[in-house]
Amino acid sequence: MSVTFKINGTAHTLDVEDEMPLLWVLRNELGYTGTKFGCGVAACGACTVHVNGEAMRSCSVAVSDVADSEIVTIEGLAASLGAAEARLAPVQEAWIKHQVPQCGYCQSGMLMAVAALLKETPHPTDAEIDESITNVCRCGTYPRIRAAIHSLQDA
Amino acid sequence: MSIIEKIKNPTRRQMIVAGGVAGGGMLLGYAFSGPSRSAQAAKAVANEGEVILGTWIKISPDNTVSIYAPNSDMGQGVITALAQMAAEEMEADWSKVEAFSAPAEKAFANEAFGQRFTENMTIPPMFQGLSDALMLKVAQFMNIQVTGGSSSIRWTGHHGMRPAGAAAKDMLIRAAAARWNVPASECVAKLSTVSHASGKSATYAELASDAAELSPPAHPVLKAKADYIIVGQPKQRFDIPGKVDGSTKYGIDVHLPDMLYAAIKFTPAFGSDVISYDAAPILARRGVKKLVTVPGVGVAVIADNFWRAKEAAALLELKADAKGNDKLSMDSIYKAHDAAIASGELKDDQVAGDAAAVLAKADRKMQATYRVPYLAHACMEPMNCTVWIRNGKADVWVGTQSPLNTRGRVAEVSGLGFDNVTVHAHLMGGGFGRRVPVVSGFIDFPSEIDFATIIAKDVDAPVQLLYTREDDIRHDAYRIAVTSQFEAALDASGKPTAWVNTYTSKDEPGEAAHVPYGIADRSIRSVESPTVVPRGPWRSVAHSQHTFFTESFMDELAHEANADPYEYRRALLKDQPRHLAVLDRAAKEAGWGTPLAKGRARGIAIQQSFKSIVAEVAEISVSPAGEVKVHRVTAAVDCGGTINPDTATQQVESGIIYGLTAAMYGAVTIANGGVEQTNFTDYEMLHLSQTPEIAVHFVDSGADLGGLGEPATPPIAAALANAVFAATGKRVRELPLKNHDLTPKAGKLASFMPKSMAAE
Repeated sequence: MSVTFKINGTAHTLDVEDEMPLLWVLRNELGYTGTKFGCGVAACGACTVHVNGEAMRSCSVAVSDVADSEIVTIEGLAASLGAAEARLAPVQEAWIKHQVPQCGYCQSGMLMAVAALLKETPHPTDAEIDESITNVCRCGTYPRIRAAIHSLQDA
Repeated sequence: MSIIEKIKNPTRRQMIVAGGVAGGGMLLGYAFSGPSRSAQAAKAVANEGEVILGTWIKISPDNTVSIYAPNSDMGQGVITALAQMAAEEMEADWSKVEAFSAPAEKAFANEAFGQRFTENMTIPPMFQGLSDALMLKVAQFMNIQVTGGSSSIRWTGHHGMRPAGAAAKDMLIRAAAARWNVPASECVAKLSTVSHASGKSATYAELASDAAELSPPAHPVLKAKADYIIVGQPKQRFDIPGKVDGSTKYGIDVHLPDMLYAAIKFTPAFGSDVISYDAAPILARRGVKKLVTVPGVGVAVIADNFWRAKEAAALLELKADAKGNDKLSMDSIYKAHDAAIASGELKDDQVAGDAAAVLAKADRKMQATYRVPYLAHACMEPMNCTVWIRNGKADVWVGTQSPLNTRGRVAEVSGLGFDNVTVHAHLMGGGFGRRVPVVSGFIDFPSEIDFATIIAKDVDAPVQLLYTREDDIRHDAYRIAVTSQFEAALDASGKPTAWVNTYTSKDEPGEAAHVPYGIADRSIRSVESPTVVPRGPWRSVAHSQHTFFTESFMDELAHEANADPYEYRRALLKDQPRHLAVLDRAAKEAGWGTPLAKGRARGIAIQQSFKSIVAEVAEISVSPAGEVKVHRVTAAVDCGGTINPDTATQQVESGIIYGLTAAMYGAVTIANGGVEQTNFTDYEMLHLSQTPEIAVHFVDSGADLGGLGEPATPPIAAALANAVFAATGKRVRELPLKNHDLTPKAGKLASFMPKSMAAE
C-alpha cells in the first residue's frame, strides 16, 4: 500500500506494508542510516526522530501512522532548527564542546530527544531532564549529556 | 604490484616508507621490532612476547600531517590520543594534524581501514612469506594485542606512535640539514617546520620528499615528558563531529546495491542441531528470498529488508535436537559450581606460605561464598556483519575489535584463503569485548562473523546478518557466571593472617583474583566447571567478577575486625606505595571520614588491572522501600600518566557506569538451556536519571603507562555493595543488587558502623 511523507523536507512515496516500522523504512528502504536500530521495542531511544515536531521512537511507529507527516531525522536536525547550510545546531555544537559521544551510536537518538525537550522546555531542570531523556547509552555519556544540556540554557 | 605482493618482497625502504603521495609528500610507516626477528616470529606463533606494531604518518603538500592508527575505535577516543603521541614526538603543528583509523588514499573510501590494517600495517615484514595457516595464527595473536586488554596507548602508542613520530622528525631534520649543508644538530623542528640559526626554514611538506629517501633511525630519540606540549592536553576528539550529525557509518549502516538482510531463528537451547522446519509459508512472505541453515545455531531467513527478514524468522518453527542441553539452568549451573569447588580438581592460582595450617590453628575465622550470574555486553549497535562472496573472493563490512582476525576467520569459514578476503572495518557502536571474533584458546564460540560467512556462501548478493536486540542478549559470548568461596583467619587484632579462595572457571587475566594486601599465607585456587553457554571477554574480563568478590570479602574482614574499611586496607597496603597513594586519594576526594548527609553511606574498593590502579568510593542512600540511589562516585586512578586527560576521564566515567549498570541490574540467567532475558525491558540499563555524579582524579605516578578502557569497571560493584552494607547492614554476596531486599533494618547500623561510613 502506498504511503507518502516528507523526510527532512523531501517528499517520498513508497509501497510498503502498512505495519512496517518507520525505522526500517528510513534505514533499509530510503538509506537514512543516521537513525539507529537499538532495541525494536521503544526501550532505548536510539531510533528517535521528530514526527511533526514531536520526538518519537521510530522502531515502534508503523509507517502508515506517519502518512502525510513531516519527519526530521538527525541528518535534517540542524536545518529544522534553522541552522545555515552545512552548519550544526546549537545542541550539536554543545555535544562537541562537551565531548559527549564515545562510540556515538546512541547519540543521534539522544540529540533528537534532547532537541525535542529543549523546544518544549528551553531551560529544563535536572528533574525535567531525568524525566524526559530516557534514552540508553552503554558508554555512559550521561554526565556529559546533562552538562551539555545545562550549558545550552546558560547561553 | 599489489600491496600484498610488495610486502612479500620487502626492501628495507618498503619496511619504512610505503610510498609517496600524489602531488608530493611522504607516507611514513615505522615498524618497531624487538631484538631478533626470528625470535620474535617464534614468540608470536607461541602466542606470547612482544608485539610489533606499525604506524603511519603522512605529510601532505599543504603541510597537513595525517596520522593513521592501526587500532579500532569502539568509543574510547583512542585514535585522537594515539595521534597526540605521534604528533608530539614529531613536533607537528596540532592545528594541522588529522587522525584516522582509515586509509591513506582517498580511493580506498572511508571504510577501507581494515584493508590498510590487514594488508600493510600490522603484518610485520618478518612474518611475510609465512604460510597462510601460520599467518592466521599471527593474525590472531596480533589482534588480541591490538584493541583489547586496554592496550592501545601502552602498546601501540608507546611502542609504535612515539617512535614513529620521533623517526619522522629525525628524517625531516636530516633532509633539511642536507639541503642547507649544515649539521643536523643545528636544526630545530617545531610546529611542522624545520629551522636553522642562519634563518633558513622549511615546512615539513617542503622536506617530505627528501626525507622519504632517507633511512629511518634505528633508535629514534624520544622527547622528555617535561617538554610535552601536545601529550597531556585535552585535545578534542577527531571522531565526534561525525557522531553528532549522523554521518558516521557503523557496520550496520553499510548500504550496497541489491543488498539483502538476514535474520536468524535460533534454536531455543544452546548447542542444538536443527532437524527440520517448514520453509514454504516463510518463503511465501513478501520480500523473503531464501532460508539458510546455520549448523548448530538455527536457520537464517534472507529478505530484501531486515524487518521482513526478522518478522518471517519469528514465524519459523524449528524442530531441533537439544542434545540434552535443554536441561541446563542456573540451578544446575550453580550446583555444578558447588560440586566442583567441593570435589573438583583444584588448580593452584597463587599459593604462598601455608594458609591451611594457619586457618587450622586460628581462633577467629571468616567464611563466605560469592556468586555472579552471566552478563551480556549489550552494545548499542546490535551485532551485524555484511559479507559478499563472489568470484572466489569475499568482502566483509563490520565493526570489529580485530580486523585482521576477522579476515582470518572469514578466510577459514569460507575456505577462500587469506588473500581472497578483504575486511572493510567500521567504527563500532560499542565493543566492550563483544566484537572480538573467535580466537583459538581464547574465545572458542563462533559469532556473527562466522554465521554471516556461512549465509553469504549460499546467497548471490551482499548480505547483512543483523541481530535483533533479543538475539543480541540471548546469543552473546557471555561474561561467565562464577562462584567464589573464601575463608580467612584473623589474629587477635583483627588483621588477616590467612586467605583461602577457591573459585570456578579461571579466566584472563590470570592475576584477577590476587589481592595486593600484606597477607603472608594465601592459597588461591581455581576449578573448572564448563557449560555450553558461550563465553567471551567482557570489559575488564575476570577482574569484573573477582574484584567484586575479593574487595567485598575484604570489607567483611574489616567489619569483623571492627575497623574502618579504608583504614583496614591502608594498614595492609603499607608495602604497596602506588596502591596506597590511589586509595588515599580516593578517600580524600570522597571526603571519607567526614560527616554524611542523612541517610547516606559510603563504600570503598580498589583494584589493579591492565597495569593501572583504580580506587572508587560510592556514596549511596537506600530508600525505605529498599531502592538504592547512587549519588556520587569518586575515582582515583594511577595509569602512569594520561595522554589526553579528557578522553581518559571519559573512559573512567564510562567504565564506572558500565560496571554500575551490571552491579545494579545485570543478570543473564539460563533456563531450559537458553537465556531467559529478552531485551532492555528485562536486561535493564542504567539511565541518565540513575547516573551518579562522577569525579575522576588522576594520580600522576610517572609509572609505565597502564590501560584505561577497562580498569575503572572492576572496583565499582564492590564499592557499591560495601556502601549498601554500610547503609543497611546487609551483605550482598550475589549480584545484581536488584534481586535483594534492601529494606533498611532499623537498629543495625549504629552498633558497628564507623561514623565515616554511614550517617545515623
